[in-house]
Amino acid sequence: MKPVLQVRALKKFFPVYGGFLSHVVGQVRAVDEVSFDIFEGETLGLVGESGCGKTTVGRMTIRLIEATSGQALFEGQDLFQLSPQELSAVRPRMQIIFQDPYSSLNPRFTVERIVGEAMLIHNRANRMNLKEKVGEVLEKVGLSSRYMKRYPHEFSGGQRQRIGIARALALDPRYLACDEPVSALDVSIQAQIINLLQALQEETRISMLFISHDLNVVRHLSHRTAVMYLGKIVEMAPTPVLNREAAHPYTWALLAAKPELDPKKKTVHVPLKGDVPSPLNPPSGCHFHPRCPEAMEQCKTRPPRMVELSKGHFVSCHLYGD
Amino acid sequence: MALLGLAILGKFLTHAIVVFDPVTVRLSEKFLPPLSPYNAEMVSREDAPIAGIYLLGTDELGRDVFARMLEGTSVSLTVGFIAVGISILVGVFFGGLAGYYGPRKILFLTVDTLIMRFVDIMLCFPTFFLILTVVALLPPNIYNIMIVIGLTSWMGTTRFVRAEFLSLRDQDFVQAARSQAIPEWRIIFIHMVPNAIAPVLVSATIGVASAILTESSLSFLGFGVQPPDATWGNILADGKQFIFDAPWLTFIPGFTILFVVLAFNLCGEGLREAFNPKLREGV
Repeated sequence: MKPVLQVRALKKFFPVYGGFLSHVVGQVRAVDEVSFDIFEGETLGLVGESGCGKTTVGRMTIRLIEATSGQALFEGQDLFQLSPQELSAVRPRMQIIFQDPYSSLNPRFTVERIVGEAMLIHNRANRMNLKEKVGEVLEKVGLSSRYMKRYPHEFSGGQRQRIGIARALALDPRYLACDEPVSALDVSIQAQIINLLQALQEETRISMLFISHDLNVVRHLSHRTAVMYLGKIVEMAPTPVLNREAAHPYTWALLAAKPELDPKKKTVHVPLKGDVPSPLNPPSGCHFHPRCPEAMEQCKTRPPRMVELSKGHFVSCHLYGD
Repeated sequence: MALLGLAILGKFLTHAIVVFDPVTVRLSEKFLPPLSPYNAEMVSREDAPIAGIYLLGTDELGRDVFARMLEGTSVSLTVGFIAVGISILVGVFFGGLAGYYGPRKILFLTVDTLIMRFVDIMLCFPTFFLILTVVALLPPNIYNIMIVIGLTSWMGTTRFVRAEFLSLRDQDFVQAARSQAIPEWRIIFIHMVPNAIAPVLVSATIGVASAILTESSLSFLGFGVQPPDATWGNILADGKQFIFDAPWLTFIPGFTILFVVLAFNLCGEGLREAFNPKLREGV
């Protein structure tokens, strides 16, 4: 299998202005040296708390945000080196689904225009067969083509999210960045959307980056899972492996926090102390050490390196290796 | 809304301008108060006003004030709408640029700084004196006045549109359009402007009122539309010399301006209320 997207040492620092004459007083290290691959037909889940940089990573993989440094190779081309023209040519092959189905659709466009506009611009359809093509895409995401002339506010949240997916699929992309696509939806609707995404992936072998803070959702959908903490990936493994033998203390905490269906089943609760530290001034050494139940002396000074525990199971923690 | 209807009705009536002749001079009939009948012995049949009475009296040359007011309606409203139209075009264009390309750099300044500081400079000028200066240099016809009023009143619109664009730019549907490589001019003018235009339209109705006022003041000072063409401003200006002998010459255009400006202001308020709940629902 060949990787569709290769992310290498991606960094994004947001400058913080302050003081007299508003000079740069610091940097928010939103994303700090993140690397991963996504293969054809594969879903990589990306989980983490709010503010850990998941969304920033997602948007950088399709260059909606410029990276501070690092590479994002899409089908072998580094997105950040492309000229505007080259980028326009690549964009149709990578698309995004947004978290909020209310702000992601233009309130003044009909569904036909929302889904069809890019098709017209990229010559996937012409004025004659636009209706037909938009209808096809709408059917694909489980919406009736009768809805074509309606406006977004006439739909429910789940239907709007389907329209958002239809827009992303309109250009027949090879890679889909799903930025928390189900977080804003009811649980029953979540399941529908997840099943829809799975069915679409089986049908088209599209690659997906699935960003979520909900480990249950990610577990259900993704082949591999990466756990992010404060701008860094702390653990990455095939999903079944991560469920069985999670290695990083942060992943333990995440897994323990997940609600269990069976009330008799005992869960070991791993309490996390305190809040997520500010990415403006991250802790020294391992970023997780102030909250880690297993913290050792060296965690405070030395940042851990990625080690491979088993095939495809990477973890960045001083408990292992070295 | 009904008041706006009245204003538009006034404009329609100016098409009947041939019926109410504003230019006929009847020296024997000057300074007749409103509703006075015409004197059949002194004025020939074809110069007689409709129905034989001067609805709003006559002025110092015996011209029918009602007919002149109707002619002035067309001028004043045209000036109002076209001047505001120009200011919206310019304002949306600059506001859009500043809002969308804000952080881009030209030399050592950002686009945003460049445009917004220019707006500040324009706002620093006392607008009315700027208009006076320009009008003094240019031939004082109605088109120059429209253009000058338009080009000195776009700054508010620019600020509005920029503010709207700053919040729209980070909305997901704009990001989606970017991710689909939709051309930037389309994103700005087809995706974003329609979503930013509501507050601009509200301020435009108030702008129409102030443009009418500006035109009236210019005509009042004699820099506006030149006689014999009538506007509300120059009827008022001509009338002020006779305010004790023929007070209707001052009060009629004065109150008309007052009511129309009030109507547009109320209309703007109404629009603001009409747009807001819609915006909250995300329509």
